[in-house]
Formats: sequence, C-alpha cells, structure tokens
Amino acid sequence: MTARGQGRTAFAYLTPALLVLAGLLAYPIYQLVLISLYDYGQEQVSGGAPLTFLGLGNYQNLLGNQQFWTVLGQTVAFAAVCVVGTLLVGAFLAILATRVRTWVRMTLFLAALGAWSTPAVAGSTIWLFLFDANFGFVNEVLGIQGFSWTFDKWTAFGLVAAQVIWCSFPFVMVTLYAGIKAIPGEVLEAAALDGASAFRTAWSVTLPLLRPIILVVTIQSIIWDFKVFTQIYVMTNGGGIAGRNLVLNVYAYQQAFAASEYGLGAAIGVVMTVLLLVITLFYLRALRRSGEVL
Amino acid sequence: MKRRLTEGFVLIIAAVVAFPLFWMVLSAFKPEDEIISADPVPWTTRPTLDSFTRALTVANFGRYFLNSVIVALVVVVLSILISFLAATALTRFRFRSRTTLLIMLLVVQMVPVEALTVPLFFLMRSVGDSVPAFGLNHLGSLVLVHLAFSLPFAIWMLRGFVAAVPVELEEAATLDGASRFRFLWQVLFPLVAPGLVATSVLSFIHAWNDFLFAKTFIISAVENQTLPLALQVFVKPDQNDWGAIMAGSTLMTIPVLIFFMLVQRRLVSGLAGAVKG
Repeated sequence: MTARGQGRTAFAYLTPALLVLAGLLAYPIYQLVLISLYDYGQEQVSGGAPLTFLGLGNYQNLLGNQQFWTVLGQTVAFAAVCVVGTLLVGAFLAILATRVRTWVRMTLFLAALGAWSTPAVAGSTIWLFLFDANFGFVNEVLGIQGFSWTFDKWTAFGLVAAQVIWCSFPFVMVTLYAGIKAIPGEVLEAAALDGASAFRTAWSVTLPLLRPIILVVTIQSIIWDFKVFTQIYVMTNGGGIAGRNLVLNVYAYQQAFAASEYGLGAAIGVVMTVLLLVITLFYLRALRRSGEVL
Repeated sequence: MKRRLTEGFVLIIAAVVAFPLFWMVLSAFKPEDEIISADPVPWTTRPTLDSFTRALTVANFGRYFLNSVIVALVVVVLSILISFLAATALTRFRFRSRTTLLIMLLVVQMVPVEALTVPLFFLMRSVGDSVPAFGLNHLGSLVLVHLAFSLPFAIWMLRGFVAAVPVELEEAATLDGASRFRFLWQVLFPLVAPGLVATSVLSFIHAWNDFLFAKTFIISAVENQTLPLALQVFVKPDQNDWGAIMAGSTLMTIPVLIFFMLVQRRLVSGLAGAVKG
C-alpha cells in the first residue's frame, strides 16, 4: 500500500474517535477557558442580562478570596494524606503478600478486589452507615454511641480519607506485587551470596528496581486523590457544615450549580486542570524513564 | 512459626478490608428493627427481603437500575467499535501525525473531566434544543460524556493488544483473498477480544459509577436518573432508611463485582491460544 493510501485509511478509521474527542473533550476545554473569562450567572444563562467580558476578573476574585485558599490548602493536604496512606498500606500489604501461601494471598486479593470494585457512591454510604452516630457498628464496638464522625471537621476529613484509602490501596498493592514478582530470583540470590542482609537487599536491590513502578503509582494516586468528588460530596453532604469540608472539585461544583456562578466555577476548573497538567508532565517523564514506548 | 504469624495477620487484614462489604450485604437482609437498633450485631437470625422489596417498589429502583444498564451498555458497545478502529489505525499504519496523536491521547487522559462539568452542561443544553434525546435530562447526554471519557484510555490500552497480533497474519489473510474489511472484523477483532473485554469492563465501571454527571445533567426528569442518584433518594436529613440504602448498594455493587471477576479470567487467557485456534 502506498504511504498516501495508508494515511487515508488510517484517517478513515480514526474519524469516529476524533469526532467524539473533538466535540466532547477539546471543545469543552476551550469553552471552559472562555466561560471563565465572563461574568456568567443565572441572568446571563436565561438571557435576561447581557454577557460582560471580565478578562481575568474571575481569577482575581478567586485569588483574593480567603475561602479559595483554604479550600486549595485542604485539597492539597487531603490528597497528601490519601496518597501517603494508600502507598503505605498498598506497599506494606504487597510485601506481606510475597511471604504467605497462595490461598492466604488469594483471600487478601479477593477482599481487596471487592473494595476496589465497590462504586464510590455505594462505598461512601456503607462507610457512613458503619460510622453512623446511633446505629453504626463502629461506635457500638468502641462504646461511643451518639458520637458523630461527620460533625467535626477533622474527623469528617479523616473518615473520608479512610474510605478513599480503602478503595484505592488495592491498585497500589496489586501493581507493586506484580513488580516485586517480576524481579528475577538470580538478582536476589546474588545479593544474598554476597552477604547482604535482608534489609540491605530490600533497600539497595529491590527498592531501586521498583522505583519506576513506585513513581507511576504515586503520580497516578496523586491525580486520583486530587480530584475526589463523590466521597466528599456524599459523606459530608455536599462539603460539610458551612462548607468546611470542601475540596476544589466540590467547591467548583457548588459555585457553578448551587450558587449559579458559572464563570467562577469554570475559573476553579481551569486552576484545577492546570495543576493536574503540571503533575501529568511529571507523569510523562516518569513513564518515559520506566521504558514505556510511544 | 514466623510465617504462621504473618499469615494470620494477613487474614485479619483481609477480613477488615472485606468487612464493609459484608456489613452491606448483611444489613440488606436484616429486618428493620435490627438495623435501627442501638446495639447492632454482626449477624442476623431473621433474614428478610423487605429492604430489597422497599428499594425496588417504593423508590422505583428497578427503573434506575435499567437506566444505568442502558447507559453503561451503550457506552461499552460504542467505545469498543470506535476504539478498535482507532487503535488499529494507530498501530497498523504509519502516517505523519501518528506520534502527535498518541501524545495528545495521553495528555487528554489526564484532563480532570470533573472540571468540564460547566461547559458540558451548556453543551448538552444546546444539543438538547436540536436533538432532545442527547440533551439535558436524557440518558443520551450521559452516554455521550462517558463515551468521550472512556475513549482515550480504551484506545491507549487496545493499542498493545492490536500490536501483539503478528503482521504475518494480515499478510496471510490478504494472500488468502480476504478483503481489508473482512480481515478487520473476522480476523483481527476476535484476536483482540481479551483486550476488548478489559477495556469494556473499565468503560462499564466508569459509566456505572458516575455520580457527578448524572447529578448535573439529569435535573428534573426523575424517571431518567441512574443508580448513584437513586441511592441518594433514601438519604433523608431526619431519618435514613438504611435497610433500603444497603439493599440498593448491594444491587449496585454486584454487577461491578461480576465484571471485575470476568476481566481477571479473560486477561489470563491471553493471545497465544487465540492465535493458534
């Protein structure tokens, strides 16, 4: 087939995908930026008031708003706790999984699979019920009936973080387990023959070999935990009392669809996208280093 | 001895991890007075289907279940067809903008789709003016967004499966007189089936679990809501109907569990057998 013929066929095969992606991803991204530059409220949507171009007005408004900085700080801290927790639990269990018999490992993996596959909404409500002030099993066991986990700002964040870790550590565990298993036995034998202790082998042989995988799961977790929406929304009933459990994603949603400040909501969306794209650049570099070919 | 200890510990962890799901299923079968008891116990002596009946009749859960199934299945079928063609183009053909397209695919996967709710909301609103079935308050709008969100990853993942089919096979098929169209659908398509299963499971879960877009797009048409929103119907500020919520959660989780199990099995079977057969 000629090169031109190849190009033409390839283009024909790609057309449906390109149409969908252009219409439903590329165009909305462009629109997101555009809307964020306007004063776009309820009157403008219904056509009752003319659109006014604000330029960077929404962004100025946002950056000058104390609540935005609080929410941003909470988002970063919340994501950090979730990422660190997910990685620690996942890595710890991946190591333990290499040291037990197959049926024990399968039991653990099966339980993890269950947690992994539970829809976020269902998982959130289950956890809410388990930690319910009056009818929850946890309070019954701890003997603190009537204690509300979702009332206090920090216990509420802690509960949501625990739920997020519960449903995201399986991915880290399974990936790291596969990575550990892929290390050739000879390498570890050679280290043992050279007189390296178990700790030394783990630190100087296994860890460096796993570094690319660890990097990938870390960044993947950062991306996921940075944009948690469902758990926060369901478990703290839309961002907590007086919005004290808000994270960026929920904040944007509330500004746009509850307060009808679509321009401001879009501006928050742009800020979030830019932050995540920066993380993505690191992700791409990590992928390239770990040997993924395009 | 040391291994015994480790194994005991791992089993306890497994039990803790599985406990919320156990509690969900248990509570779904508990009679109401045991659920709203001040001393909940981890067993029941009087299992009942009351909560399921209440979920399915009072809240019309069956309807929402069907809506979720329709959205997820349509997304899966469309994304299989579209991503298969695109992945074939990107692996089997050499053309100038190929690498650029691949990098764009990767970057697009990282765009937080949640940030796009505002523009997508207005897009669906204007789509609805000309084609109501794909506008706000209709299931079509959910199909469109989930299709768009699952495509980049599906294409990315299928690429590997298409590349794994040897080029010789295509040459052999051509020598045997098979047209390009026949090769594509009768040879290549069955061979990448394991990859299609994997990607479609992910697309399914994505669409099935979605809460944000269902909440944003389906505003007034209660009959077009999907499961994640229906579950919220039971959550009332004064008194939650926990039994029905847990029954609903169970109904919502089971399909995903089944699909997860499926992908485990199919992925292992791999390509070697398929090529031989």
